[in-house]
Amino acid sequence: MIKVERLVKTFGTTKAVDDISFEVAGGETLVLLGTSGCGKTTTLKMLNRLIEPDSGTTYINRQNVLQQSADLLRRGVGYVLQNNGLFPHYTIGENIAIVPNLLKWDKAKIEKRTKEIIEKLNLSADQLNAYPNELSGGQQQRIGLARALVADPPVLLMDEPFGALDNVTRSKIHEEFKALDELKRKTIIMVTHDVQEAFELADRIALMDKGKIVQLGTPAELLFNPANDFVSRFLQQERLQLEFRTIKLQDIWGHLPTDGRQINTSALSAAASIWQALEAFKFDPNENLNVIDQQNKEIKSVTFNELMSAYSQYKTLRRHE
Amino acid sequence: MNEQQPTLWQFMQQQADKLGVQTLQHIGLTFISLFIAVLIGLPLGIYITRKKGLSGTVLGIAGILQTIPSIALLGFMIPVLGIGAKPAIVALLLYALLPIIRNTYTGITGVDAVVKEAAVAMGMSRWQVLFKVELPLAMPVILAGIRTATVINVGVATLASYIAAGGLGEFIFGGISLNNTNMILAGAIPAALLAIIFDFLLSKVQKLNFKKIKGAVKVAPIFLIVLSCLYFIPSAYGGKLTAGFTPEFMGRQDGNLGLQSEYGLSIHTIVISDAVMYKAAQEKELDVISGYSTDGRLKAYGLTVLDDDKKIFPPYYAAPIVREDALKKFPNLEKTLNLLSGIINDSVMTELNYRTDYLHQTPERVAKDFLVQQKLFKPSRGGQEGIVRIGSKIFGEQYILAEMYSMLIKGYTNYDVATKTGLGGTKICFDAMTNNQIDLYPEYTGTGLLAILQASPATVTTLQVNKDSTYNYVQRQFKSRYNIKWLKPIGFNNAYALMMRGQQAKQLHIKTISDLKRYLESK
Repeated sequence: MIKVERLVKTFGTTKAVDDISFEVAGGETLVLLGTSGCGKTTTLKMLNRLIEPDSGTTYINRQNVLQQSADLLRRGVGYVLQNNGLFPHYTIGENIAIVPNLLKWDKAKIEKRTKEIIEKLNLSADQLNAYPNELSGGQQQRIGLARALVADPPVLLMDEPFGALDNVTRSKIHEEFKALDELKRKTIIMVTHDVQEAFELADRIALMDKGKIVQLGTPAELLFNPANDFVSRFLQQERLQLEFRTIKLQDIWGHLPTDGRQINTSALSAAASIWQALEAFKFDPNENLNVIDQQNKEIKSVTFNELMSAYSQYKTLRRHE
Repeated sequence: MNEQQPTLWQFMQQQADKLGVQTLQHIGLTFISLFIAVLIGLPLGIYITRKKGLSGTVLGIAGILQTIPSIALLGFMIPVLGIGAKPAIVALLLYALLPIIRNTYTGITGVDAVVKEAAVAMGMSRWQVLFKVELPLAMPVILAGIRTATVINVGVATLASYIAAGGLGEFIFGGISLNNTNMILAGAIPAALLAIIFDFLLSKVQKLNFKKIKGAVKVAPIFLIVLSCLYFIPSAYGGKLTAGFTPEFMGRQDGNLGLQSEYGLSIHTIVISDAVMYKAAQEKELDVISGYSTDGRLKAYGLTVLDDDKKIFPPYYAAPIVREDALKKFPNLEKTLNLLSGIINDSVMTELNYRTDYLHQTPERVAKDFLVQQKLFKPSRGGQEGIVRIGSKIFGEQYILAEMYSMLIKGYTNYDVATKTGLGGTKICFDAMTNNQIDLYPEYTGTGLLAILQASPATVTTLQVNKDSTYNYVQRQFKSRYNIKWLKPIGFNNAYALMMRGQQAKQLHIKTISDLKRYLESK
């Protein structure tokens, strides 16, 4: 879907982006992760030519972006900014309708699509006539997302889209983001410096440093097979939480006890992470959590201690691999 | 203030016609120039946001234009654009440029970079970003600039009357020369009101919300054009010959008023400052001008004085006038000043004026050469016994006389001299004297009679028979009213005169003012 070939960008004497190549498959979410100044935002902006590369090319849908009109290219690529970038002099409705208007959709179509997208994002149609400054930060960011999605572009570029939000609002939007149908079909490239966010939303992560990609892989690969010291050090501080988020109950299935104390109540899917299982515990004495493996039609019931011990055995095994 | 003088309100009612015309001209001038300034300044302001390297240069040049004194700027315009509306509009628009360019630039560069990036990222073209995002968001700042420019223009437009472009300045500067407070106020109050009203209206426009501004932006040019057209309504008539009269001449019984009542002269007239009047006559912008009979430019520009066959211009014999208390304080002063008495006649004064006005010699040099030639010059004694303060009005002849008096006092007495030359007009000069800021200045009998004493027409008629009677009358009146003494006349008579280009006068067989009237009335 997106193919980036040897992009280079130099500002003055610093190489902001130094010969970067990667590919993103259709429907995949790739997160460009790194500290400030690592070149991740520059890389993103070269994809829709907000910044023109010194050399190298990008293909979106097999088409070279450098050979298209920049304006037309951008109308076909969704873009979400950190500080939403809503037009303060446009109403919410007008803000959402910017790209459809540029694409010269007729009025009825724009209106119908605006209503549709606003419902999907849990916003009320009453807000269409409000101005951006009358909305909360979280709502503004949702409008920013609606604006990027309204013309249904196959590709979505997101520049630290949730960076300006407080923690509570951010995790709420993360949930919505993961649940949104509209996004499941999209090829997404997102820039963030937040490791947790990257691990939560990414299919794959490209960890960048000094204009280069240090490692490109799934969250688990980065965590358990770091390419070098830089990667392990980068993830060190939040390691435990990242592992809980990354390891699925499926992965530790074999270490969970099988002495079937099966109870017919609701069960957690084995595709859930340890993190989600921990969140499901209410921490009553002798509490059991039911986990169901849909594929093998097997149900296991585990206590907190049993879950932790399974995690510890899994880790020991991985270390000796 | 003289009791016969009407109140301000009565004056404005009497002059309602003129006041209306001048107000319309004033509004017109303000907005024509503003409109053109917006047409130039807005695109230029936008351009330098795209070429940031040029912004310093462009803003610098606009800033320098802003610092040129308005009168000087108007002066620079005359050789290029002549007199009348054109140079006035150009000068005004140059003043309006800086606030418009600067605020356009600041407004657009001040638009949130994130919003601009969003606009580009959505796929807007450069023009769409400009018209849909940058201009609407910068509009309040741009309007603030236009508001500043409007207020500046209303103010500077008063000076347009100096170069015959009309406006409320005609009353203001006429009033200053004529010592007529009502006339000054009749011009100044409406001008101030215009500034306040336009400022208020524009502040309202500025506070409209973004939505309404979209509509207002389309209406604004039409509004500006309508206001600009006001200028042309009053000037939509012309005539065979065009006269250019100074604001002072326009309002005087022994000036345009007398021409109308005594001669029945009716001529297309524009108001102009005497600084540019002669030049305009030479360059055929004007055909008839009101000048002074001893003016040096008469000779330089080949102008002929029309004979005043009905004797409406009273004599203007020049003499120093001195505060009585100064004469007591400086006992040798009167004797010294009288050294000049009777030695400068009309042709000598014209020659001296010619040397300063046309040959551009300094008044100091002309004064010294003359005194040396008359064997009156003595080197300065470096006087220590007090300082005599000499004033002068703002034209060449007065500078020369002030210099001569200064040299004589320094040479013949032990007093030192401070000169306060270039005082704007009769009113300013005379007020400086009554307020004890100067001790003496050269004044003319006619000016004393009409502008300062404001003598009734009846008095004027009885006095006009004889030049000495006028002198005696003002001498008596000044002594009793102001405690100011008229010393002996210097000799020359710098009376008002109508003049034309010599060649044209010959061609049209015009020798007297009555001839001029007959020519204008013939078909």
